[in-house]
Parts: sequence; C-alpha cells; structure tokens
Amino acid sequence: MDWMNAIIQGILLGGLYAMIAAGLSLIFGVMRLVNIAHGDLIILAAYLALTASMLLGLHPLLVLLLVVPMMALFGYVLQRGILNGTLTGDILPPLLVTFGLSVIIQNALLEAYSADPQKLDSGVLDTASMTMGGISIGILPLLMFAVAVAVIAGLQFIFYRTALGRAFRAVSDNQDIAQLMGLNRRHVFGLAMALSLAVVAVAGIFLGMRTSFDPSVGGGRLIFGFEAVIIGGLGNLWGTLVGGVILGVAQSIGGQINPGWQVLAGHVVFLLILAIKPRGLFPRMTD
Amino acid sequence: MTAILELQNLSKSFGAVVIADDTTLVVEQGEALGIIGPNGAGKTSMFNLITGTLAPNSGTIRFMGDDVTGSSAAQRCRMGMARSFQVPQPFGGLTVFENALVAATQGAGMSGQAASDHCLDILERTELLDKANTVAGSLTLLDRKRLELTRALCAKPKLLLLDEIAGGLTEAECVSLVDTIRDIHKSGITIVWIEHVVHALLAIVDRLAVVDFGKLIASGEPKAIMASREVQEIYLGIEMDEVGHG
Repeated sequence: MDWMNAIIQGILLGGLYAMIAAGLSLIFGVMRLVNIAHGDLIILAAYLALTASMLLGLHPLLVLLLVVPMMALFGYVLQRGILNGTLTGDILPPLLVTFGLSVIIQNALLEAYSADPQKLDSGVLDTASMTMGGISIGILPLLMFAVAVAVIAGLQFIFYRTALGRAFRAVSDNQDIAQLMGLNRRHVFGLAMALSLAVVAVAGIFLGMRTSFDPSVGGGRLIFGFEAVIIGGLGNLWGTLVGGVILGVAQSIGGQINPGWQVLAGHVVFLLILAIKPRGLFPRMTD
Repeated sequence: MTAILELQNLSKSFGAVVIADDTTLVVEQGEALGIIGPNGAGKTSMFNLITGTLAPNSGTIRFMGDDVTGSSAAQRCRMGMARSFQVPQPFGGLTVFENALVAATQGAGMSGQAASDHCLDILERTELLDKANTVAGSLTLLDRKRLELTRALCAKPKLLLLDEIAGGLTEAECVSLVDTIRDIHKSGITIVWIEHVVHALLAIVDRLAVVDFGKLIASGEPKAIMASREVQEIYLGIEMDEVGHG
C-alpha cells in the first residue's frame, strides 16, 4: 500500500513538473531560446504571490488572478526589451543573457525577502484530504494536477486551434517567411514569452503552496523542467505531461526506498530514458 | 495610370558583389511586368529589396505612393505586397489550409469565418482544395508552387511578386499554372514576374524588363525586347530555344 501511495503522490507531483516544463518547452519551440532563468521566474512568481496575499489578505489561489497577468506583462516587456535582441541565430547569446537574468533575479529576491524559507499559506487546503481505497490523497496535490492538465490542454488548444497558435507555429517553422506573411516576429515572440510566464505564475503559486521556497531553489526547478520536457519529447505538450509524471513517480518511489534518494532517482530515470530513447518518449519535432 | 511601385536609384552590394546598381523602375497599377536575365543577375535580390528582406545601401522604394524603404517586411505585407519563392518555402509543419490561414489572418488581417472562406476560395482557384488538410511538407513540387501562390494570394495583395514559379514544372503543369496566373491578373492584381520559362512569361506580361549584373538594361514591349540585341547577347547559347518560341 505504501508503494501505491508513493506512485499516486508521484503522479500528482508530476503535474507541477509538467507545468514548469510546459512554459520552458513553449519558449524553446517557438524561438529556440533556452530560458535559464525559468526556474527563478517561478520563484519570483511565488514571492509576488506571497507579497500580494499578505498585503491584500487573499488566499493564494485568488492571488493567481493578479499574479498571472503581472507575470505575462513582465514576460512581454522582457522579451521585447531584452531577449529579442539576443535572438541572432546563435544559441549562445540567449543562454548567457538568461543566465545573467537568473543571477539578477536570485539576488534581487535575496535582497528583498532574505534567505529565509517562505511558504504560501493555503489555509484548510494545506491539510484537506480524501481517502480512496485506504490511500489518503491531498486535495491540494489533486487540484494541482487537475490545473496542470487544464493548462496543458489550454496550451494545446491555443497551439493547434487559434490564430495565435498558428502564428507561433509559423514563426517556429520559418521566421523569414512568417515576416513576409505579415507576422511581426518580435511581437509574436513577446506573446509567446507572456504566455510562458503566465504558466510560470500558475506553477509558482502551486509550488509555493506545496513546499517552502527560498531565493536559491529556482535552479533545481529548472532541471526538473528540462528533464520533463526531454523525457516527454521536444515539442509534444502531452508528452511533457507524461514526462512530468514519470519524473514525479521516479522521485516519489526513490524517496520511498530511501528518503535521500528522491532527487537522485529522478535523475537516474531521466538518464536511462535519454540513453535508450535520446529523442524522448514521444518526439514530435523533426529538426 | 498611377504607379503602384517605384524603385528610385536603388543600389545594394555585398562587398564587390553588386546586386542592384542604381536601379530605377516604375510599375503601373494593374500592369503585368516580366523580368528576365541570366542567373545571378540580381532578379531575386530585387524582390528581396522590394519586400523588405534586404535593406538597400541607397535609393528609395515607394509603394502606392508611400515611402516604404524603412518599413519591415511584415508591414509591407500588410500594406498589400506578397511574393512567392523560387524554391518553395512552405511552413512544413502546418497543413496547406493553415499555411493559407496564416497569410489571411496575419497578412490580410482577416479573422473567423471570413478568413476561412477567403482561404477556401483561393485554394479552389489554385486547385489545392482537395489537399487542404495535407501537411505542407509532404507536397509535390507542383503543389508546393501552387501553395506559394495560394499563400501570397491569401494575404490579399495589390502587388504580387512571382519568382520563377513555372521553373521545374512539366509543360502541362506549366500551362495550367499560367491559366491560374492569368485569372489572377484579370482580377486586378498587379504582377511582377521573374521567369526563365520565357514562353510562359510572354503569355501574360504587358511589359518585359531585362536585368544583368544588378543593372536594368532594357524595358519595353515584350516582343521587341526579346528581339533586341542585348537580350540576344545575354541569352545567346543559354536559352536560345525559348527565345525562339517567344
């Protein structure tokens, strides 16, 4: 029963990883930009939510309505103001600039909030649970997973059913031709980053409600995000969800065997999958 | 008649390679202009300068009276300029219909049902309707060329730039493509067409311009131009058969 429990907790945790990974995957897919600051942006969103919920006395879930548009706007401005200038076709400039951004965000958070671990107070949700077949399932992890599925479904819909999604795919396919078709790629990239950071905001708030966080933990989230994307296969959103779940389950089972093996188990499974299927389980991108 | 496109003293070079040498060219509204010249003469580069993918070193480009020399490629597309590519460049991961929709929604600013209807109408005219849901990357050469034309038309252009759209097609394919282009021209769209398949070109155009070494060396009535000494010299031994047909 302990094992069953570990697997279920792992699946639910996978939802969070999938949300972290989805934003990362979106940016890479549309503009081939590897956002090293992604994890720190998640922590930034968590701190924004912390501040907002303390100042306004609101539940973290309500604060979502505020933090999501704020992060989206920040994403658009960041892309148009800084990151667009790094997209010269060379992979190195965006890596260096987002790495710098990561350092800046970490230190700014450290300055503003100190290194003390913080947690978003989700009230009764913290402990609420339901019992199914002898296994106790927390309402918060369940909600987190449901939101993750909704976010992935939403992104999937935007990508394949809307004009914005077509713009994303057209620009990703061939930037020069997209320009000739009347698409302003700088604006499209701005919108992609806005969407990515909107997802980051959701992920950040759930992360903050689930575990404690401090300014330095962003890097670890980035690694989990990368692993989920790569396990699932680049460019496949549902694959990313599966990747997140596999990573979550691996960590959870590792932790069940020995509490110290939690993170290690995730990395080992990631390496195994990378060795057996270098393009991930469900690759979509051909290049 | 009023000018839709005016190139004034346009120059562009990459180091010693001159691709446009003080080119001045006026295209009238509703005209069909053919451009010929040997490979590497700067014909495609001229299109790149007109559509904004290349910036000139000097000179100005006016489109419908407005100076667009500093405008981006996307802005020029939305103003009513569209082109096809010599080597077809579809959005390979999108379906034919989605390729068309990108042009209709982004280039022509349409949305919803109107955009879909417009695309379906164009796809029917370019005979791609039955392949609307095919992924563009899997199309044959003729269909890719048709898709180039479709996508350009879906952006509702006032000026259509065609780059060797008949090249590489069989005779029968070429004939049906020429028919399609004739219909497009009759609907009032101004056409500038670069082509090596001269007989296809002569079936449509009202005027012919000759480009060599980035220079516009002659322009005028197609038959007269084809018979001129410059053209005979340039094409001597290269495509005399085609010149003969013309």
